[in-house]
Amino acid sequence: STHLETTSQQQRIEKILVANRGEIACRIMRTAKRLGIRTVAVYSDADRDSLHVKSADEAVNIGPPPARLSYLNGSSIVEAAIRAGAQAVHPGYGFLSESSAFAQLVEDKGLTFIGPPASAIRDMGDKSASKRIMGAAGVPLVPGYHGSEQDIELMRLEADKIGYPILIKPTHGGGGKGMRIVQSPNDFVDSFLGAQREAAASFGINTILLEKYITQPRHIEVQIFGDKFGNVLHLYERDCSVQRRHQKIIEEAPAPCITDEFRTHLGQAAVSAAKAVGYHNAGTVEFIVDTATGHFYFMEMNTRLQVEHPVTEMIVGQDLVEWQIRVANGEPLPLSQVQVPLSGHAFEARIYAENVPKGFLPATGVLHHYHPVPPSSTVRVETGVEQGDVVSMHYDPMIAKLVVWGESRAAALVKLKDCLSKFQVAGVPTNINFLQKLANNKAFEEGDVETHFIEHHKDDLFVDPNNSVIYEEAYSAARFGAKLVAACLSDKEHSALKESHSGGSSLHPIWYTHPPFRVNHHAQSTMELEWENEYDSSSSKNLMLSITYHPDGNYFIQIGENSDHALAVKTSNLGNNNFRVEAGGVTMDVSLAVYTKDQIKHIHIWHGPHHHHFRQKLGLELSDEDETQHKTSFESASHPPGTVVAPMAGLVVKVLVEDGAKVEVGQPVLVLEAMKMEHVVKATSGGIVEGLKVGAGQQVSDGSVLFRVKVSHFEFSSQNGSFQFLVYNSCLQCCDLSGAYISCNSLEFIKLLHYLSVGFDNLISLLVKFS
Amino acid sequence: PPFPTPIPSRIHHFQTKHFSIGILPDGVNRSSDTFSQNSDAMGRLLSQLQSHVNKVLAGGGETAVKRNRSRGKLLPRERIDRLLDPGSSFIEFSQLAGHELYEEALPSGGIITGIGPVHGRLCMFVANDPTVKGGTYYPITIKKHLRAQEIAAQCKLPCIYLVDSGGAFLPKQAEVFPDKENFGRIFYNQATMSSQGIPQIALVLGSCTAGGAYIPAMADESVMVKGNGTIFLAGPPLVKASTGEEVSAEDLGGASVHCKTSGVSDYFAQDEMHGLALGRNIVKNLHLAGKQGMLNSSPSINLEFKEPLYDVRELRSIAPVDHKQQFDVRSVIARIVDGSEFDEFKKLYGTTLVTGFARIYGQPVGILGNNGVLFNEAALKGTHFIELCSQRNIPLIFLQNITGFMVGSRSEANGIAKSGAKLVMAVSCAKVPKVTIMIGGSFGAGNYAMCGRAFNPNFLFLWPNSRISVMGGAQAAGVLSQIEGANKKRQGLEWTSEDEEKFKAKVIEAYEREGNPYYSTARLWDDGIIDPADTRKIVGLCISASMNRPLEDTKYGVFRM
Repeated sequence: STHLETTSQQQRIEKILVANRGEIACRIMRTAKRLGIRTVAVYSDADRDSLHVKSADEAVNIGPPPARLSYLNGSSIVEAAIRAGAQAVHPGYGFLSESSAFAQLVEDKGLTFIGPPASAIRDMGDKSASKRIMGAAGVPLVPGYHGSEQDIELMRLEADKIGYPILIKPTHGGGGKGMRIVQSPNDFVDSFLGAQREAAASFGINTILLEKYITQPRHIEVQIFGDKFGNVLHLYERDCSVQRRHQKIIEEAPAPCITDEFRTHLGQAAVSAAKAVGYHNAGTVEFIVDTATGHFYFMEMNTRLQVEHPVTEMIVGQDLVEWQIRVANGEPLPLSQVQVPLSGHAFEARIYAENVPKGFLPATGVLHHYHPVPPSSTVRVETGVEQGDVVSMHYDPMIAKLVVWGESRAAALVKLKDCLSKFQVAGVPTNINFLQKLANNKAFEEGDVETHFIEHHKDDLFVDPNNSVIYEEAYSAARFGAKLVAACLSDKEHSALKESHSGGSSLHPIWYTHPPFRVNHHAQSTMELEWENEYDSSSSKNLMLSITYHPDGNYFIQIGENSDHALAVKTSNLGNNNFRVEAGGVTMDVSLAVYTKDQIKHIHIWHGPHHHHFRQKLGLELSDEDETQHKTSFESASHPPGTVVAPMAGLVVKVLVEDGAKVEVGQPVLVLEAMKMEHVVKATSGGIVEGLKVGAGQQVSDGSVLFRVKVSHFEFSSQNGSFQFLVYNSCLQCCDLSGAYISCNSLEFIKLLHYLSVGFDNLISLLVKFS
Repeated sequence: PPFPTPIPSRIHHFQTKHFSIGILPDGVNRSSDTFSQNSDAMGRLLSQLQSHVNKVLAGGGETAVKRNRSRGKLLPRERIDRLLDPGSSFIEFSQLAGHELYEEALPSGGIITGIGPVHGRLCMFVANDPTVKGGTYYPITIKKHLRAQEIAAQCKLPCIYLVDSGGAFLPKQAEVFPDKENFGRIFYNQATMSSQGIPQIALVLGSCTAGGAYIPAMADESVMVKGNGTIFLAGPPLVKASTGEEVSAEDLGGASVHCKTSGVSDYFAQDEMHGLALGRNIVKNLHLAGKQGMLNSSPSINLEFKEPLYDVRELRSIAPVDHKQQFDVRSVIARIVDGSEFDEFKKLYGTTLVTGFARIYGQPVGILGNNGVLFNEAALKGTHFIELCSQRNIPLIFLQNITGFMVGSRSEANGIAKSGAKLVMAVSCAKVPKVTIMIGGSFGAGNYAMCGRAFNPNFLFLWPNSRISVMGGAQAAGVLSQIEGANKKRQGLEWTSEDEEKFKAKVIEAYEREGNPYYSTARLWDDGIIDPADTRKIVGLCISASMNRPLEDTKYGVFRM
């Protein structure tokens, strides 16, 4: 009967333009394809060869890389849709997905917007308006006082009504200025007056609002769905409490440790919220849950299909994109509330190109090696990239979403851990190791999640570089990894060689048998690997490995001289950089990734739960360098102390001081923006800013020099000439007239000064010594 | 299959089906006392060999090695390892040259030589060991260098000289400088090999003084390493003494001088690793140098070979330490040839010499092995077999375990000297690669007839149990004591049986010492002592190396009929 109702109203969707990129565009196209609907991709110049373009039946270029000129350019997207003959536009998430103007534009041009009505987007987009509407609809809001009457006694009574602890907040401004958490009524007056003063000083307006302070909140959201006939249902909730930098990294459905009754209440509240704004299509109602009281309050509604929608799909066994298209076609919801199944548990882990120890800074680079876990009926990998693709500075650095399903939360978690350990990415730093730590955390295993989870468990989740026990453990695992690398690389090299010298009139293959033959001794080789410690780049370690080829086919691998015990490793090459190795009596699978970047060979290995990254000096086959340009290949660009480099590639948004200005330690110097995030670059020490040449609007690449902070300098003269000493942080630089620099630490500096007082004659020899 | 060889694989199927009659029996009784005694005795010999080899692998001592490393230099074997194709095999020659030869130890004779592939091309490596007497040339060092050049010339292998030497060892100048087979011969060989198109490559990784300076200068191409490599006819001290000029080694003959100004060297290397990489590059670009006349000769190599049916390591238990003990050489052949398949020629005739056809790693070979003293018939059979092989261009393997030709009136009357001469003629003139392995005794004319050192086999190796001398110690003692006794009697002196025993013991002792494989290998009468278990491998590699040359027709001299 449903089909009869729809066909008469509008033309069915036969072609969809997906106004997005990356994994979500690919994911939408997959469902469209299954339904026989043709797809049109849009792409910026940076995405010409990307996966979402390849996945589409047709593709239209919509402009240059910056999103505001392409993926945020609504009119050119609509134009593309019309040109391609699409009947509908799917906005995905992000970009224009929550722009009511865009939704309106699409509808005005006679196309179908696969999403909620523009009015609902508008209503929910205004945070204070949405709260008003929700309050009126009986959806619980965080208790508080938002009135204009600011009498202190009245406020205190309001505070008593709300209940302590309480949050005192200026109505204007932001950034935490003037905010106070008040634990008991005794502290109210002092805190209130303090907040008023600060608000007046900072923002010129001293009105204050009160809100209940939730000490241990959880972020739980409900997936709702509505059709154009006013039916709204919910598809249970997701817990997205585990966040970093206010972005979710692990989501799950259903929420752990809640009762069925609570679940029903949440669902009903969400449905009421959606109905209050005349919602149809997919939406998410976010709640904050007070774990102390078990109360939940409305936060906001997201009027789009969310990043984490697959976890809901996994537990209800439905394709939400298909539902979106059917609703957009004017069909009623395919299920009623009681028909919605709830089965098992699902997790989603977001795999980002990011630098975890540098505060989760987004990273860019080439995905030299990208082998996600193979998908199955219970494992989904939602990705928009392929091996060889670039994670650019223009867009979100998410590489993939790993979604797993299990009969229970515990079963799903086991699967998640396994998949994370087998998810291979090399070329850019990722958060995979961090996700593994999260998944293995005891509190997380118990479902004891809340929004400050990472903050509260940071001692377990982040490696303290000064903790020698943890370091030794990591180092020993890395040494083991290095030994496996040595064995596998030898095997690989050997098979490659055998291959290249086989057949035709070439040399007899007995010269390339394994193990290589030596008269009355065993063949040996050495390999120098530098272990890249993911969590402490300053503690990278050089490992000298010696490999002995035993006649029984084993490699005996030792690190350093005789102190280390030799590990016997037998390898069999399974092809594609996969190996089955037998090491120290244990047989296991390992995978390698090998690529060359900036004259350095990078080797990654995945073994057991470990992933290690090594760098190797390019040895024999040096590039053809002449005397003048020769550099030892390991030399990395090092800057004089005091130099500040760009922590990531990005756009300079603001320059806060002028070149030559005096700055304090930690003073912001400029603001960079990359991948939706602003990063303040600060002075590393007090002093004079030098060489600050970048300006607002300029792109800078990762690691490029932004400026130097010159701390202080003093000069000496002698019969040998003038010398200038510059002190950067605790480092001393001495500059002679030829411009040659030497650096030394403070102890050496003291020694140097001591020499100087004795006489300058020694200075030259000293310079030679230090250089 | 990794090695696409359509035609040989057909041959292979054909062989397995129809030639199984050639499969040799095991021929070994593992439960016998002999087996275990031999095994124990060989075990002792091998551990002795291992300890001697371990000593020379360490180079010229801890201090010298440390000093070498501090200069950013590798040991010679490590240098070779880095030049070789990674993971490839290398046959090193005469590891124990100079063993107990001089008062001072001279590990490996101060020079490392051997064959291995670079970019798929077999090369001869000659590497000075600067940790041994500063890499200077003792008489044995020169002999080993020349032997390597001889092999290279015979097998047409490009030569890579890794030069790091102080030149001739001056205290022994009379033994290293003037004679034909002395220092000058190195350069003569370089010139003549180069004229034959055999590439001569020098990597100057250290000093290269006086006569040594001609090694890179005579090379087709040379590389010099900045800082470490120097070339000059006279070093700074001699220059100062002769002309008064004061100059540093680097300014006198460093890489910059020779690569930029003098043109003595062609490639400038920043460090040793770079120098070795440049060396590999030179080989990469050799193309057809030294391969003239080889293009149309396609050897019938079957790359899908079978391993022997019996464990090659059992050779350690087959070879008797007591040379009076007989053993069937077929049990040795069964452990070194492909599939233990051996098609015996004239099996029923002249049975003390076993001859037949087989393959080693797919390469066809003709094998001659001793099963006792050589009689007339055996010598004639051997001659016939060598004629067959040289006509078919099949390399020859000699497995020597020979006390000599049969003596006695009957034998002489039958013309044993004539028959022996035929065999020696055939061995001398056959222009096919020859590899000799001494698996037991090697005495008297038997050594000649079975392609001893004087007959220029391409390669000659010893098992640790082998003995080599003009005759057995006991026989020699018998002969010499008879003569001595006669002398004494003539002079009217007393010659008691006690005197005789003493005399004999002295002779036997001397023969024992001089017939010892270490005595031989120290003097380069061979190319090295090997573990019997490595025999198949080494013969296979040697045959492969010696096939790297154009075919040559054999012409014999006059056979005495």
